[in-house]
Amino acid sequence: MTDAYVVGVDMIKFGRFPEKSVPQIGAESALLALDDCGLSIQDMEALYCGNLMQASAMVGQRILQEIGQTGIPVVNVSNACATGATAFREAWASVKAGLYDIVLAVGVEQMGRGLLGGTGGKGIPKEGLFGSGTMPAVFAEAGMEHARKHGTTFEQFAKVSVKNHHHSTMNPKAMYQIETPLETVMNAEMISYPNTKLMCSVNVDGSAAAVIATEKKARELGLLGRAVKVCASVLTSDRWQERDLVMPDVNTCTQEAAAKAYAMAGLGPEDIDLVELHDCFATAEILHYENLGLCGAGEAGRMIDDGEVALGGRIPVNVSGGLLSKGHPLGATGIANIYEVSTHLRGEAGERQVQGARIGMTHVIGLGSACGIHILEKAA
Amino acid sequence: MSQPLPAVDYLKLPEGGEPYLEGHRCQTCGASFLGKRNVCSKCGARDQMQAVHLPNSGSLYSYCIVHRSFPGIEVPYISAIVDLDDGTAIKGNLINIEPDPAKIEFGMPVEVVYGDALGRRDKEGNAYIAYFFQPKSG
Repeated sequence: MTDAYVVGVDMIKFGRFPEKSVPQIGAESALLALDDCGLSIQDMEALYCGNLMQASAMVGQRILQEIGQTGIPVVNVSNACATGATAFREAWASVKAGLYDIVLAVGVEQMGRGLLGGTGGKGIPKEGLFGSGTMPAVFAEAGMEHARKHGTTFEQFAKVSVKNHHHSTMNPKAMYQIETPLETVMNAEMISYPNTKLMCSVNVDGSAAAVIATEKKARELGLLGRAVKVCASVLTSDRWQERDLVMPDVNTCTQEAAAKAYAMAGLGPEDIDLVELHDCFATAEILHYENLGLCGAGEAGRMIDDGEVALGGRIPVNVSGGLLSKGHPLGATGIANIYEVSTHLRGEAGERQVQGARIGMTHVIGLGSACGIHILEKAA
Repeated sequence: MSQPLPAVDYLKLPEGGEPYLEGHRCQTCGASFLGKRNVCSKCGARDQMQAVHLPNSGSLYSYCIVHRSFPGIEVPYISAIVDLDDGTAIKGNLINIEPDPAKIEFGMPVEVVYGDALGRRDKEGNAYIAYFFQPKSG
Protein backbone atom coordinates (compact mmCIF):
# COMPACT_ATOMS: atom_id res chain seq x y z
CA MET A 1 0.00 0.00 0.00
CA THR A 2 1.23 3.48 -0.82
CA ASP A 3 2.15 5.99 1.84
CA ALA A 4 -0.10 9.03 2.11
CA TYR A 5 1.22 12.55 2.62
CA VAL A 6 -0.24 15.86 3.68
CA VAL A 7 1.02 18.14 0.90
CA GLY A 8 -1.05 21.23 1.69
CA VAL A 9 -2.63 22.26 4.97
CA ASP A 10 -3.92 25.44 6.60
CA MET A 11 -6.57 26.91 8.87
CA ILE A 12 -8.24 30.28 9.20
CA LYS A 13 -7.76 32.35 12.32
CA PHE A 14 -10.49 31.14 14.65
CA GLY A 15 -13.06 33.75 15.70
CA ARG A 16 -16.74 34.62 15.51
CA PHE A 17 -18.16 35.19 12.05
CA PRO A 18 -21.96 35.41 12.36
CA GLU A 19 -22.12 37.31 9.05
CA LYS A 20 -20.71 34.33 7.12
CA SER A 21 -22.29 31.01 6.17
CA VAL A 22 -20.80 27.63 7.12
CA PRO A 23 -19.77 26.89 3.50
CA GLN A 24 -18.13 30.31 3.23
CA ILE A 25 -16.10 29.67 6.37
CA GLY A 26 -15.12 26.22 5.05
CA ALA A 27 -14.22 27.58 1.61
CA GLU A 28 -11.68 29.95 3.14
CA SER A 29 -9.51 27.20 4.62
CA ALA A 30 -10.02 24.99 1.54
CA LEU A 31 -8.51 27.74 -0.62
CA LEU A 32 -5.71 28.34 1.89
CA ALA A 33 -4.77 24.64 1.90
CA LEU A 34 -4.82 24.53 -1.92
CA ASP A 35 -2.64 27.68 -1.99
CA ASP A 36 -0.27 26.06 0.50
CA CYS A 37 0.63 23.47 -2.15
CA GLY A 38 0.01 25.65 -5.22
CA LEU A 39 -2.90 23.54 -6.50
CA SER A 40 -6.52 24.26 -7.38
CA ILE A 41 -9.83 22.52 -6.82
CA GLN A 42 -9.54 21.20 -10.39
CA ASP A 43 -6.64 19.04 -9.18
CA MET A 44 -8.69 17.37 -6.41
CA GLU A 45 -10.28 13.96 -7.06
CA ALA A 46 -12.62 13.92 -4.02
CA LEU A 47 -13.71 16.04 -1.07
CA TYR A 48 -14.24 14.80 2.49
CA CYS A 49 -16.06 17.41 4.55
CA GLY A 50 -16.48 17.38 8.33
CA ASN A 51 -19.24 19.43 9.93
CA LEU A 52 -21.47 18.65 12.89
CA MET A 53 -24.16 21.29 13.35
CA GLN A 54 -25.38 21.19 9.72
CA ALA A 55 -24.78 17.48 9.23
CA SER A 56 -27.85 17.12 7.01
CA ALA A 57 -27.18 20.19 4.86
CA MET A 58 -24.60 19.01 2.27
CA VAL A 59 -21.89 21.38 3.52
CA GLY A 60 -19.19 19.80 1.30
CA GLN A 61 -21.14 20.37 -1.89
CA ARG A 62 -21.92 23.92 -0.79
CA ILE A 63 -18.20 24.53 -0.23
CA LEU A 64 -17.64 23.46 -3.84
CA GLN A 65 -20.33 25.95 -4.87
CA GLU A 66 -18.05 28.58 -3.32
CA ILE A 67 -14.73 27.40 -4.81
CA GLY A 68 -15.49 25.31 -7.92
CA GLN A 69 -18.10 22.69 -8.79
CA THR A 70 -15.99 20.07 -10.53
CA GLY A 71 -18.34 17.13 -10.08
CA ILE A 72 -16.02 15.17 -7.81
CA PRO A 73 -17.40 12.78 -5.18
CA VAL A 74 -18.18 14.51 -1.89
CA VAL A 75 -18.58 12.74 1.44
CA ASN A 76 -20.08 14.66 4.36
CA VAL A 77 -18.94 13.40 7.74
CA SER A 78 -20.30 13.89 11.25
CA ASN A 79 -18.75 12.26 14.34
CA ALA A 80 -19.16 14.68 17.27
CA CYS A 81 -15.86 16.37 18.20
CA ALA A 82 -13.99 13.75 16.16
CA THR A 83 -15.73 15.00 13.00
CA GLY A 84 -12.70 16.75 11.47
CA ALA A 85 -10.36 13.88 12.29
CA THR A 86 -12.84 11.42 10.79
CA ALA A 87 -13.11 13.43 7.55
CA PHE A 88 -9.30 13.55 7.38
CA ARG A 89 -9.09 9.82 8.05
CA GLU A 90 -11.66 8.99 5.35
CA ALA A 91 -9.63 11.11 2.92
CA TRP A 92 -6.45 9.33 4.00
CA ALA A 93 -8.09 5.92 3.65
CA SER A 94 -9.24 6.68 0.11
CA VAL A 95 -5.69 7.55 -0.90
CA LYS A 96 -4.19 4.55 0.93
CA ALA A 97 -6.71 2.28 -0.79
CA GLY A 98 -5.65 3.54 -4.19
CA LEU A 99 -9.07 4.99 -4.97
CA TYR A 100 -7.63 8.45 -5.61
CA ASP A 101 -4.19 10.03 -5.97
CA ILE A 102 -5.00 13.36 -4.35
CA VAL A 103 -7.97 14.55 -2.29
CA LEU A 104 -9.13 17.42 -0.12
CA ALA A 105 -10.38 17.24 3.48
CA VAL A 106 -12.13 20.20 5.08
CA GLY A 107 -13.45 20.62 8.61
CA VAL A 108 -15.71 23.54 9.45
CA GLU A 109 -18.01 24.71 12.22
CA GLN A 110 -20.03 27.76 13.16
CA MET A 111 -20.78 27.64 16.88
CA GLY A 112 -23.36 29.31 19.06
CA ARG A 113 -22.49 30.56 22.53
CA GLY A 114 -23.03 28.83 25.83
CA LEU A 115 -23.15 25.31 27.21
CA LEU A 116 -23.16 22.25 25.00
CA GLY A 117 -24.75 18.95 25.93
CA GLY A 118 -27.74 18.35 28.16
CA THR A 119 -30.35 15.68 28.15
CA GLY A 120 -33.37 15.52 25.88
CA GLY A 121 -36.21 13.06 25.78
CA LYS A 122 -39.90 12.97 26.49
CA GLY A 123 -41.80 14.16 29.55
CA ILE A 124 -40.05 16.82 31.63
CA PRO A 125 -36.54 18.31 31.24
CA LYS A 126 -33.95 16.05 32.90
CA GLU A 127 -31.09 18.55 33.28
CA GLY A 128 -30.46 19.25 36.95
CA LEU A 129 -32.88 16.49 37.94
CA PHE A 130 -30.66 13.48 37.25
CA GLY A 131 -27.29 15.22 37.43
CA SER A 132 -26.00 17.22 34.51
CA GLY A 133 -25.54 16.32 30.88
CA THR A 134 -23.69 19.54 30.10
CA MET A 135 -20.20 19.02 28.72
CA PRO A 136 -18.39 20.95 31.50
CA ALA A 137 -20.09 18.67 34.06
CA VAL A 138 -19.45 15.43 32.17
CA PHE A 139 -15.74 16.24 31.85
CA ALA A 140 -15.60 17.49 35.44
CA GLU A 141 -16.86 14.06 36.54
CA ALA A 142 -14.16 12.42 34.41
CA GLY A 143 -11.55 14.67 36.04
CA MET A 144 -12.86 13.90 39.52
CA GLU A 145 -12.46 10.19 38.74
CA HIS A 146 -8.76 10.97 38.19
CA ALA A 147 -8.71 12.97 41.43
CA ARG A 148 -10.23 9.98 43.21
CA LYS A 149 -7.59 7.60 41.87
CA HIS A 150 -4.52 9.83 41.98
CA GLY A 151 -5.25 12.82 44.22
CA THR A 152 -5.15 15.29 41.33
CA THR A 153 -6.00 18.81 42.57
CA PHE A 154 -8.12 21.70 41.32
CA GLU A 155 -4.88 23.69 41.02
CA GLN A 156 -3.25 21.06 38.81
CA PHE A 157 -6.27 21.03 36.49
CA ALA A 158 -6.16 24.85 36.41
CA LYS A 159 -2.47 24.85 35.44
CA VAL A 160 -3.42 23.20 32.13
CA SER A 161 -5.38 26.29 31.21
CA VAL A 162 -2.54 28.63 32.24
CA LYS A 163 -0.14 26.68 30.00
CA ASN A 164 -2.42 26.56 26.97
CA HIS A 165 -3.33 30.24 27.23
CA HIS A 166 0.38 31.04 27.43
CA HIS A 167 1.06 28.96 24.31
CA SER A 168 -1.63 30.77 22.34
CA THR A 169 0.02 34.14 22.93
CA MET A 170 2.46 32.89 20.27
CA ASN A 171 -0.22 31.66 17.86
CA PRO A 172 -1.72 34.42 15.68
CA LYS A 173 -4.43 32.01 14.45
CA ALA A 174 -5.72 31.31 17.97
CA MET A 175 -8.90 32.98 19.20
CA TYR A 176 -7.08 34.53 22.18
CA GLN A 177 -3.53 35.79 22.75
CA ILE A 178 -3.81 36.61 26.44
CA GLU A 179 -1.56 35.52 29.31
CA THR A 180 -3.87 34.03 31.94
CA PRO A 181 -2.29 33.54 35.37
CA LEU A 182 -3.26 30.77 37.77
CA GLU A 183 -5.28 33.05 40.09
CA THR A 184 -7.28 34.32 37.12
CA VAL A 185 -8.09 30.77 36.01
CA MET A 186 -8.98 29.55 39.50
CA ASN A 187 -11.05 32.64 40.35
CA ALA A 188 -13.00 32.68 37.10
CA GLU A 189 -16.70 31.82 37.24
CA MET A 190 -17.12 28.22 38.40
CA ILE A 191 -19.07 26.33 35.74
CA SER A 192 -18.88 22.73 36.99
CA TYR A 193 -16.36 22.14 39.77
CA PRO A 194 -13.49 21.69 39.13
CA ASN A 195 -13.84 23.40 35.71
CA THR A 196 -14.03 27.20 35.81
CA LYS A 197 -15.04 29.17 32.74
CA LEU A 198 -11.38 29.53 31.70
CA MET A 199 -10.98 25.76 31.92
CA CYS A 200 -13.68 25.23 29.26
CA SER A 201 -12.92 25.28 25.54
CA VAL A 202 -13.90 28.41 23.67
CA ASN A 203 -16.87 28.18 21.30
CA VAL A 204 -15.60 29.75 18.09
CA ASP A 205 -16.20 29.56 14.36
CA GLY A 206 -13.43 28.16 12.23
CA SER A 207 -12.24 25.86 9.52
CA ALA A 208 -9.13 23.92 8.56
CA ALA A 209 -8.26 21.93 5.46
CA ALA A 210 -5.67 19.47 4.18
CA VAL A 211 -4.66 18.12 0.79
CA ILE A 212 -3.61 14.47 0.97
CA ALA A 213 -1.72 12.71 -1.83
CA THR A 214 -0.01 9.43 -2.58
CA GLU A 215 3.78 9.44 -2.42
CA LYS A 216 3.95 9.06 -6.21
CA LYS A 217 1.61 12.00 -6.81
CA ALA A 218 3.41 14.19 -4.27
CA ARG A 219 6.72 13.44 -5.96
CA GLU A 220 5.34 14.11 -9.47
CA LEU A 221 4.02 17.48 -8.29
CA GLY A 222 7.35 18.34 -6.63
CA LEU A 223 5.62 18.61 -3.25
CA LEU A 224 7.55 16.07 -1.16
CA GLY A 225 9.88 18.73 0.27
CA ARG A 226 7.32 20.26 2.64
CA ALA A 227 5.15 17.15 2.79
CA VAL A 228 4.23 15.43 6.04
CA LYS A 229 3.81 11.66 6.09
CA VAL A 230 0.75 10.19 7.79
CA CYS A 231 2.35 7.33 9.75
CA ALA A 232 -0.80 6.29 11.57
CA SER A 233 -4.51 6.98 11.41
CA VAL A 234 -6.74 5.29 13.97
CA LEU A 235 -10.38 5.61 14.94
CA THR A 236 -11.97 3.79 17.88
CA SER A 237 -15.37 3.79 19.56
CA ASP A 238 -16.25 3.19 23.17
CA ARG A 239 -15.87 -0.44 24.15
CA TRP A 240 -18.29 -1.61 26.85
CA GLN A 241 -17.19 -0.39 30.26
CA GLU A 242 -19.07 -0.83 33.51
CA ARG A 243 -20.00 2.86 33.87
CA ASP A 244 -19.77 4.00 30.26
CA LEU A 245 -23.51 4.37 29.71
CA VAL A 246 -23.90 6.93 32.50
CA MET A 247 -20.33 8.26 32.59
CA PRO A 248 -18.77 8.34 29.14
CA ASP A 249 -15.35 6.69 29.31
CA VAL A 250 -12.94 8.83 27.28
CA ASN A 251 -9.95 6.90 28.61
CA THR A 252 -10.31 3.39 27.20
CA CYS A 253 -11.03 4.45 23.62
CA THR A 254 -8.03 6.82 23.76
CA GLN A 255 -5.72 4.17 25.24
CA GLU A 256 -6.75 1.68 22.58
CA ALA A 257 -6.40 4.21 19.76
CA ALA A 258 -2.96 5.24 21.01
CA ALA A 259 -1.76 1.63 21.22
CA LYS A 260 -2.97 0.97 17.66
CA ALA A 261 -1.43 4.20 16.37
CA TYR A 262 1.97 3.48 17.90
CA ALA A 263 1.87 -0.04 16.44
CA MET A 264 0.86 1.22 13.00
CA ALA A 265 3.66 3.79 12.98
CA GLY A 266 6.22 1.42 14.51
CA LEU A 267 6.87 4.09 17.13
CA GLY A 268 6.41 4.64 20.85
CA PRO A 269 5.54 7.62 23.03
CA GLU A 270 9.25 8.34 23.47
CA ASP A 271 9.50 9.12 19.75
CA ILE A 272 6.84 11.84 19.79
CA ASP A 273 8.13 15.44 19.77
CA LEU A 274 4.81 17.25 20.24
CA VAL A 275 1.16 16.43 20.84
CA GLU A 276 -2.05 18.27 20.06
CA LEU A 277 -4.62 16.53 22.25
CA HIS A 278 -8.29 17.07 23.02
CA ASP A 279 -8.33 19.63 25.84
CA CYS A 280 -12.06 20.33 25.52
CA PHE A 281 -11.84 20.96 29.26
CA ALA A 282 -8.77 21.35 31.46
CA THR A 283 -9.73 18.19 33.33
CA ALA A 284 -9.64 16.21 30.06
CA GLU A 285 -6.08 17.17 29.14
CA ILE A 286 -4.72 15.67 32.37
CA LEU A 287 -6.35 12.30 31.60
CA HIS A 288 -4.85 12.10 28.15
CA TYR A 289 -1.19 12.50 29.24
CA GLU A 290 -1.61 9.03 30.70
CA ASN A 291 -4.00 7.70 28.06
CA LEU A 292 -1.51 8.54 25.28
CA GLY A 293 1.39 7.04 27.24
CA LEU A 294 3.19 10.37 27.66
CA CYS A 295 3.65 9.40 31.30
CA GLY A 296 2.78 6.51 33.59
CA ALA A 297 -0.51 6.03 35.47
CA GLY A 298 -0.96 8.69 38.14
CA GLU A 299 1.89 10.87 36.86
CA ALA A 300 -0.16 13.47 34.98
CA GLY A 301 -0.36 15.88 37.92
CA ARG A 302 3.40 15.85 38.22
CA MET A 303 3.74 16.37 34.44
CA ILE A 304 1.85 19.65 34.61
CA ASP A 305 3.55 20.72 37.87
CA ASP A 306 7.02 20.12 36.41
CA GLY A 307 6.33 21.90 33.12
CA GLU A 308 7.14 18.80 31.07
CA VAL A 309 4.18 19.48 28.79
CA ALA A 310 4.94 23.18 28.22
CA LEU A 311 6.84 24.52 25.21
CA GLY A 312 10.50 23.79 25.94
CA GLY A 313 9.56 20.83 28.15
CA ARG A 314 10.11 17.12 27.54
CA ILE A 315 6.92 16.65 25.49
CA PRO A 316 5.11 19.90 24.64
CA VAL A 317 1.32 19.50 24.56
CA ASN A 318 -1.06 21.89 22.81
CA VAL A 319 1.48 24.50 21.79
CA SER A 320 -1.25 25.92 19.53
CA GLY A 321 -3.11 27.06 22.65
CA GLY A 322 -5.39 24.06 22.45
CA LEU A 323 -9.14 24.12 22.46
CA LEU A 324 -9.00 26.13 25.68
CA SER A 325 -7.51 29.19 24.01
CA LYS A 326 -7.13 28.58 20.27
CA GLY A 327 -10.81 27.65 20.31
CA HIS A 328 -12.91 24.60 19.47
CA PRO A 329 -15.01 24.77 16.30
CA LEU A 330 -16.10 21.14 16.62
CA GLY A 331 -15.88 19.96 13.01
CA ALA A 332 -12.68 21.90 12.30
CA THR A 333 -10.70 20.85 15.36
CA GLY A 334 -9.44 17.50 14.06
CA ILE A 335 -7.89 19.10 10.97
CA ALA A 336 -6.70 22.24 12.77
CA ASN A 337 -4.54 20.03 14.97
CA ILE A 338 -3.13 18.32 11.84
CA TYR A 339 -2.24 21.83 10.64
CA GLU A 340 -0.53 22.66 13.93
CA VAL A 341 1.61 19.53 14.05
CA SER A 342 2.46 19.77 10.33
CA THR A 343 3.56 23.39 10.80
CA HIS A 344 6.03 22.33 13.49
CA LEU A 345 7.33 19.40 11.43
CA ARG A 346 7.92 21.86 8.58
CA GLY A 347 9.79 24.17 10.97
CA GLU A 348 7.38 26.99 10.18
CA ALA A 349 5.75 27.59 13.59
CA GLY A 350 7.65 30.79 14.39
CA GLU A 351 7.86 31.83 18.02
CA ARG A 352 6.12 28.68 19.29
CA GLN A 353 8.21 26.28 17.18
CA VAL A 354 9.04 23.01 18.95
CA GLN A 355 12.74 22.85 18.12
CA GLY A 356 13.83 19.89 16.04
CA ALA A 357 10.30 18.46 15.84
CA ARG A 358 10.27 15.42 13.56
CA ILE A 359 7.25 13.39 14.71
CA GLY A 360 3.97 14.62 16.18
CA MET A 361 0.62 13.25 17.32
CA THR A 362 -2.94 14.57 17.12
CA HIS A 363 -5.83 13.33 19.24
CA VAL A 364 -9.54 14.11 19.42
CA ILE A 365 -12.48 12.67 21.32
CA GLY A 366 -16.04 12.93 20.16
CA LEU A 367 -18.24 12.15 23.12
CA GLY A 368 -20.52 9.25 22.59
CA SER A 369 -17.75 8.20 21.71
CA ALA A 370 -15.19 8.40 18.92
CA CYS A 371 -11.45 8.75 19.36
CA GLY A 372 -9.26 9.74 16.41
CA ILE A 373 -5.46 9.68 16.56
CA HIS A 374 -2.96 10.56 13.84
CA ILE A 375 0.83 10.33 13.92
CA LEU A 376 2.63 12.56 11.46
CA GLU A 377 6.27 12.57 10.43
CA LYS A 378 8.34 15.03 8.47
CA ALA A 379 8.99 13.61 4.98
CA ALA A 380 12.50 12.21 4.68
CA MET B 1 -55.61 14.92 39.68
CA SER B 2 -53.90 12.00 37.96
CA GLN B 3 -51.19 9.91 39.57
CA PRO B 4 -47.59 11.19 39.24
CA LEU B 5 -45.63 9.54 36.42
CA PRO B 6 -42.09 8.16 36.55
CA ALA B 7 -39.60 10.76 35.24
CA VAL B 8 -37.49 8.06 33.54
CA ASP B 9 -38.64 4.70 32.21
CA TYR B 10 -36.34 2.68 34.49
CA LEU B 11 -38.10 4.09 37.57
CA LYS B 12 -41.09 1.88 38.36
CA LEU B 13 -44.12 2.91 40.41
CA PRO B 14 -46.03 -0.31 41.20
CA GLU B 15 -49.62 0.27 42.28
CA GLY B 16 -49.74 0.14 46.05
CA GLY B 17 -46.01 -0.63 46.30
CA GLU B 18 -42.77 1.23 46.83
CA PRO B 19 -41.02 2.88 43.88
CA TYR B 20 -37.93 1.09 42.63
CA LEU B 21 -35.30 1.26 39.89
CA GLU B 22 -35.37 -1.46 37.27
CA GLY B 23 -32.29 -2.84 35.62
CA HIS B 24 -31.63 -5.66 33.20
CA ARG B 25 -28.99 -8.25 33.89
CA CYS B 26 -27.38 -10.41 31.25
CA GLN B 27 -27.76 -14.10 32.16
CA THR B 28 -24.70 -14.93 30.08
CA CYS B 29 -22.04 -12.49 31.31
CA GLY B 30 -23.67 -10.82 34.32
CA ALA B 31 -23.42 -7.24 33.05
CA SER B 32 -26.20 -5.05 34.39
CA PHE B 33 -27.88 -2.11 32.75
CA LEU B 34 -30.34 0.59 33.70
CA GLY B 35 -33.63 0.07 31.96
CA LYS B 36 -34.80 -2.38 29.35
CA ARG B 37 -32.71 -3.82 26.55
CA ASN B 38 -32.79 -6.91 24.36
CA VAL B 39 -29.12 -7.50 23.56
CA CYS B 40 -26.20 -7.31 25.97
CA SER B 41 -23.79 -4.57 24.86
CA LYS B 42 -20.97 -6.22 26.80
CA CYS B 43 -21.05 -9.73 25.35
CA GLY B 44 -23.61 -9.46 22.54
CA ALA B 45 -25.87 -12.22 23.89
CA ARG B 46 -29.45 -12.03 22.64
CA ASP B 47 -32.59 -12.72 24.64
CA GLN B 48 -30.62 -13.22 27.84
CA MET B 49 -31.65 -10.01 29.59
CA GLN B 50 -33.64 -10.45 32.78
CA ALA B 51 -35.42 -7.61 34.57
CA VAL B 52 -34.13 -7.04 38.11
CA HIS B 53 -34.99 -4.70 40.97
CA LEU B 54 -31.92 -2.58 41.56
CA PRO B 55 -30.79 -2.04 45.15
CA ASN B 56 -31.49 1.28 46.85
CA SER B 57 -27.99 1.60 48.22
CA GLY B 58 -24.58 2.17 46.78
CA SER B 59 -21.50 4.35 46.98
CA LEU B 60 -20.37 7.60 45.40
CA TYR B 61 -17.97 6.92 42.53
CA SER B 62 -17.45 10.41 41.07
CA TYR B 63 -19.20 13.77 41.00
CA CYS B 64 -19.00 17.39 40.05
CA ILE B 65 -20.67 20.49 41.43
CA VAL B 66 -22.72 22.28 38.81
CA HIS B 67 -22.73 26.06 39.20
CA ARG B 68 -23.94 26.95 35.75
CA SER B 69 -26.58 24.98 33.90
CA PHE B 70 -29.22 25.83 31.33
CA PRO B 71 -31.46 28.84 32.00
CA GLY B 72 -34.08 28.14 34.66
CA ILE B 73 -32.22 25.21 36.25
CA GLU B 74 -31.54 25.86 39.91
CA VAL B 75 -27.84 25.75 40.89
CA PRO B 76 -25.62 24.75 42.56
CA TYR B 77 -26.26 21.03 42.69
CA ILE B 78 -24.14 17.91 42.83
CA SER B 79 -24.16 15.72 39.74
CA ALA B 80 -23.15 12.27 40.98
CA ILE B 81 -22.12 8.92 39.55
CA VAL B 82 -23.12 6.16 41.95
CA ASP B 83 -22.21 2.47 41.92
CA LEU B 84 -25.23 0.60 43.28
CA ASP B 85 -24.45 -2.37 45.52
CA ASP B 86 -25.02 -4.83 42.66
CA GLY B 87 -22.50 -3.00 40.45
CA THR B 88 -24.93 -1.04 38.28
CA ALA B 89 -23.75 2.51 37.60
CA ILE B 90 -26.32 5.29 37.75
CA LYS B 91 -26.24 9.08 37.53
CA GLY B 92 -28.30 11.57 39.49
CA ASN B 93 -28.40 14.45 41.95
CA LEU B 94 -26.75 13.98 45.34
CA ILE B 95 -28.90 15.86 47.85
CA ASN B 96 -28.97 16.64 51.58
CA ILE B 97 -25.24 17.40 51.65
CA GLU B 98 -23.52 20.74 51.13
CA PRO B 99 -22.22 21.23 47.57
CA ASP B 100 -18.68 21.66 48.83
CA PRO B 101 -15.81 19.38 47.73
CA ALA B 102 -14.46 19.43 51.29
CA LYS B 103 -17.69 17.79 52.50
CA ILE B 104 -18.03 15.15 49.80
CA GLU B 105 -16.02 11.94 50.00
CA PHE B 106 -15.37 9.49 47.20
CA GLY B 107 -16.76 6.12 48.11
CA MET B 108 -19.22 7.50 50.68
CA PRO B 109 -22.27 5.27 51.17
CA VAL B 110 -25.43 6.71 49.64
CA GLU B 111 -29.04 5.61 49.43
CA VAL B 112 -31.59 6.08 46.68
CA VAL B 113 -34.64 8.12 47.69
CA TYR B 114 -37.74 8.92 45.67
CA GLY B 115 -39.71 12.13 45.52
CA ASP B 116 -41.37 14.79 43.42
CA ALA B 117 -39.32 15.81 40.35
CA LEU B 118 -38.46 19.28 41.70
CA GLY B 119 -41.93 20.54 40.86
CA ARG B 120 -41.46 20.01 37.12
CA ARG B 121 -44.63 19.40 35.13
CA ASP B 122 -45.15 18.40 31.51
CA LYS B 123 -47.38 20.28 29.06
CA GLU B 124 -50.45 18.39 30.28
CA GLY B 125 -49.70 19.38 33.88
CA ASN B 126 -48.69 15.89 35.01
CA ALA B 127 -46.47 15.61 38.09
CA TYR B 128 -43.46 13.27 38.04
CA ILE B 129 -41.56 11.16 40.52
CA ALA B 130 -37.76 11.16 40.36
CA TYR B 131 -34.96 9.45 42.26
CA PHE B 132 -32.16 11.15 44.16
CA PHE B 133 -29.13 10.07 46.18
CA GLN B 134 -28.46 11.12 49.74
CA PRO B 135 -25.79 10.22 52.29
CA LYS B 136 -26.75 6.97 53.96
CA SER B 137 -28.04 7.57 57.48
CA GLY B 138 -26.71 5.53 60.40
